[in-house]
Amino acid sequence: MAKFEKANSINEWMDQRLAVNTLKKVMQTEYWIPKDINFLWAMGMVLAATFGILLVSGIFLLMYYKPDVNLAFDSVNYTIMTEVGYGWLWRHIHGVAASLVFLIIYIHMFTGIYYGSYKKGRELIWLSGMLLFVTFSAEAFSGYMLPWGQMSYWAGMVITNLFSGGSLEAYGLVEWIRGDYVPGDAFLTRFFMLHVLLLPLAIIGLIVLHFGTLRIPHVNNQEGAEIDFEEAAELYKAGKVKESKVIPFSPVFLSKDIFVMGVYFILFFYLTFYHFQFAMDPVNFDPADGLKTPAHIYPEWYFLWSYEILRPFSKDLGLIAFGIAQVIFLALPFLDRSPNVAPASRRGLFHIWFWIMLIDMLVLTFMGKLPPQGIWNTIGLVAALTFFALWIALPIITKSEKKL
Amino acid sequence: MSSRRDFMGVALGGFTAVGGLAALYAMKRSWDPLPSVKAAGFTTVDVSAAEPNVLNVEKWRGKPIFVLKKTADMKADDRDIIVGSDRFHVSIGLCTHLGCIPAYVADEFKFKCACHGGEFDASGHEIFGPPPSPLEVPPFKVDGTKIVLGEAGPDYEKMLAAGLTV
Repeated sequence: MAKFEKANSINEWMDQRLAVNTLKKVMQTEYWIPKDINFLWAMGMVLAATFGILLVSGIFLLMYYKPDVNLAFDSVNYTIMTEVGYGWLWRHIHGVAASLVFLIIYIHMFTGIYYGSYKKGRELIWLSGMLLFVTFSAEAFSGYMLPWGQMSYWAGMVITNLFSGGSLEAYGLVEWIRGDYVPGDAFLTRFFMLHVLLLPLAIIGLIVLHFGTLRIPHVNNQEGAEIDFEEAAELYKAGKVKESKVIPFSPVFLSKDIFVMGVYFILFFYLTFYHFQFAMDPVNFDPADGLKTPAHIYPEWYFLWSYEILRPFSKDLGLIAFGIAQVIFLALPFLDRSPNVAPASRRGLFHIWFWIMLIDMLVLTFMGKLPPQGIWNTIGLVAALTFFALWIALPIITKSEKKL
Repeated sequence: MSSRRDFMGVALGGFTAVGGLAALYAMKRSWDPLPSVKAAGFTTVDVSAAEPNVLNVEKWRGKPIFVLKKTADMKADDRDIIVGSDRFHVSIGLCTHLGCIPAYVADEFKFKCACHGGEFDASGHEIFGPPPSPLEVPPFKVDGTKIVLGEAGPDYEKMLAAGLTV
């Protein structure tokens, strides 16, 4: 038994047993953030807050949802929406948050790309972040199955069919994933399990890892400048707050984050209360019917760009292109051969690369929503080819980049 | 094995690995389709009252099954099922591209898929668009005027051997 002195306050009592003061220093008051940043640096905490909201609204939906092909549709559209007090609120919050979380993830990603925040010691931040993107995608897809409407069923059918591997015709694998010949009860209950337990656990673990990977290389700054964090921290602690290049994570940086969150939540609740329809596909208000395909099957807006990469090619080529598009962003830190950590505006050709990539993904997103005919087909094909051309060009243009 | 500790380490690691593999197998099996799902996989279709060039859609293993009685002047095909003196086209009604249900356009003797524009002729062969292979013929057995789906009869075995379906 270790020796304990009598504590004079609750804080001291806790500190003796849990080292809460050290913990607070390490995690908050002496976790240093550069000053030279802008509102885009708040997206991480905006994402954390949105995930918290998804968790809370999800818990309330979970109390009335029934994972059974005969009961699921009514438990959502009748019980939760009309009977449960404020059940509609949890559903609309959950749907809007699931959509907005991807908007913020994309902003967060492109901020990282623009400022080179995936290089020179920050590779793991990027990799863990991309793993989060993949698990969030799986989480969104599995959640989309749960209301068991027409879009749930047919999205489930089409997406699980992707695992047949085109000409490999691995239908055994597809049936194994579904637990049935078509999406049925076994399919719904296992995706329910994934959505409410396994994937959220993985997401929470990855968020912890993502924060952990930030600790040693520290957050990047607007100039990509290397900062002597120890020296800057000493200055700050000595009271020379103005001269120091850093601020503590909490309360200083966090208070700014919370301001940005405030602005974000105005948008969030505006959408929740006045424009929730954008996150609710009308086709999904028809119950699932395995003998009737809806006229158009398209994913939610955040998957449209990769869906559009699948579409213009033949089946096998489309699957390969789709597979590459899903994972290619993971390779970004290794395909960017430039030694410079700097905003794209100072990196010559990479600056052009960045904006073409951003515009190309927007074009792919819009084309994914339009019917596959005439000129839209051509634009979609060109945009898909541009996507791959950009990734092939990346190592070449960054290799020839001059050292700043 | 240089020391008792190494031995203990390898023994523990070995047992853990075996147990882990066994657990993985159990997990894989838990995801398999249930026996009741597999056992419910038979459907009997009576085709004695079928009208020519009118598509009937039956349900087998949750999937739509196209049953199309051919008229005398429609092209015969190796994959036709012969019941009495009539020829039938029977296939799983899911587009071989990504699994949407094509619609039958009787005037053109074609199946058209709304999802990505694929087309099949009245014998289920792909004739336009992204589908990479013909509509699949489900396992069947002809029994008088009935077709039993899910049971592989001699005609089906012949088709399978000839590579006409998967």
